[in-house]
Amino acid sequence: MTDIVSPVPASERSKFLRVLLRRKTVLFGLIVLAIFITLAILAPLIAPYAPNKLSIVNRLKPPSAQWIFGTDEFGRDVFSRTIYSARLSLLVGFAVVVLASLIGVTLGILAGFFHKLDAPITRLIDAMMAFPDILLAIALVAALGPSLTTVIIALSIVYAPRLARVVRASTLVIRELPYVEAAHALGISTPHILTRHILRNLLSPILVQGTFLFAHAMLAEAGLSFLGLGVSPEVPTWGTMIAAGRQYVGQADWMTLFPGIAIVLSVLSLQMVGDGFRDLLDPRLRKDL
Amino acid sequence: MLRYIFQRFVGMIVVMFLVVTIVFIIVRVTPGDPAAVMLGPEATAADIAQLRTALGLDRSILVQYVYFIGQLLQGDLGRSIFLDQPVLTALAQRAEPTFFLTVFSILIASVIAIPIGVYAAYRRGSVFDQAATALAMLAASIPSFWLGLILMQVFAVRFGIFPVSGYGGPDTTLGVRLYHLVLPAFALGIVSSALIMRFTRASMLDVLGDDYIRTARAKGVVERSVVLKHAFKNALIPIITVVGLTAAVLISGAVVTETVFGLPGVGNLVVSAVLRRDYPVIQGALLIIAGLYVLINFAIDMLYLVVDPRVRY
Repeated sequence: MTDIVSPVPASERSKFLRVLLRRKTVLFGLIVLAIFITLAILAPLIAPYAPNKLSIVNRLKPPSAQWIFGTDEFGRDVFSRTIYSARLSLLVGFAVVVLASLIGVTLGILAGFFHKLDAPITRLIDAMMAFPDILLAIALVAALGPSLTTVIIALSIVYAPRLARVVRASTLVIRELPYVEAAHALGISTPHILTRHILRNLLSPILVQGTFLFAHAMLAEAGLSFLGLGVSPEVPTWGTMIAAGRQYVGQADWMTLFPGIAIVLSVLSLQMVGDGFRDLLDPRLRKDL
Repeated sequence: MLRYIFQRFVGMIVVMFLVVTIVFIIVRVTPGDPAAVMLGPEATAADIAQLRTALGLDRSILVQYVYFIGQLLQGDLGRSIFLDQPVLTALAQRAEPTFFLTVFSILIASVIAIPIGVYAAYRRGSVFDQAATALAMLAASIPSFWLGLILMQVFAVRFGIFPVSGYGGPDTTLGVRLYHLVLPAFALGIVSSALIMRFTRASMLDVLGDDYIRTARAKGVVERSVVLKHAFKNALIPIITVVGLTAAVLISGAVVTETVFGLPGVGNLVVSAVLRRDYPVIQGALLIIAGLYVLINFAIDMLYLVVDPRVRY
């Protein structure tokens, strides 16, 4: 925050932050996201009960002062489970962003920079994108066997081509810029050009796409867990909580309501932040900077 | 133009071929013996050996691949062991709910999204525009299965207006069966409307800034006509694209939504196939759905030629 009030001439970065935070939606998104991350990290301190603590006498209790989100069919506290679920959802989202970026950025740069690789990689990307995301993830999880690692690998394979497509398009543009040509003329090695000159300029589109990808991955993970194809059912996740609540529709609606709101809020906050990044980093839209 | 159509067609065939190869690989990366996994822990060695022969798993991977392509070219998607019927028949029997669910969802999404998108672009920056953009973002953040459950709680359980789940059984009339699709279609339609609305708005904004719109206004053309006849017609191409692609994406949304509402569709078939490790069914469903996506993409490209006289290759 010191950047914002600093009397020192603002650098490009602090100017960017200032303009970004001036947008109410971005600010709202960042605050909600920060709350979720804090809840996830401090879950053992904040949660009033252990997430898997059974109490059959207290099953299906509606929200009250004792259980603010009510209890589930085993008498477990829905509030504590909702907080603990944030850990797994955020972990999956983050891991998918990292792994999908590694695969997607590599493929995208190779396709965009080397003419010979463009056609085969682009065709592969087209073919991968022909599979609807959740369906491909389901098939991969089915093939590899459901587990946390499999879910992360499957979703990374699903989303990497989407990132690769964006990176390829940007690389095609950057490759033709005069400074890249100059670097070539100066005899700078290709790996050096790729990492120092190309990759650095790809950071904006990667940041924007990565934020949206985070949101998509969290939604997809919830879907997989809901279907029983995600992580082990003992681990609390928003998807498995909603799946359990499905049996009690009309009887214990709080079991589905609260984890659902948690998904919506976290995904919405990521989309808001992503939107802010896009508007500010897209050269056609960045009038503010 | 013929040359363009031919090029796109060849491109589509290449992508189809890759899709087939990817499906072949996915089903074969299963750790361990798929035949043993499919039959479960109680199977005897003889049962496993028999299934391996039936599935062709005892042959080399290359032979399996060539055989797989050969069968596909003959329209044979293999046989489901659990359902004891050809995969194509199993898929065809469950196509009706999925087809109507997709069509209804697209209609609902378009009816909500296109007018809002057009008006939001026309009133750019207004309260309406901002509210529409925020609502679109909210809709895109809602998991369709959760929205389905909420709609079920309110409209089926509480008010009893719609059936809670199922598809009415085989003896019921089409009308009754379709009535079962109203809630799932709204759940999917509302979630998908977000993308269509954003594309409509962006496309209209592009067009509304063009010279011929100013000319039309200067000529004194009624504002309604400027927006609907001059601008909307020209903004249609990206809108058609996104509606078409949403249709393809909806098929995957249907996978989860069908499970929520207990609809006996393709999605439900896929989920139960995954839980039973019925690989031929998973393989067949993947091929059909990805194939449809590639075809829809091709059809959209061809539609451009009809809709937009400026597109001439």
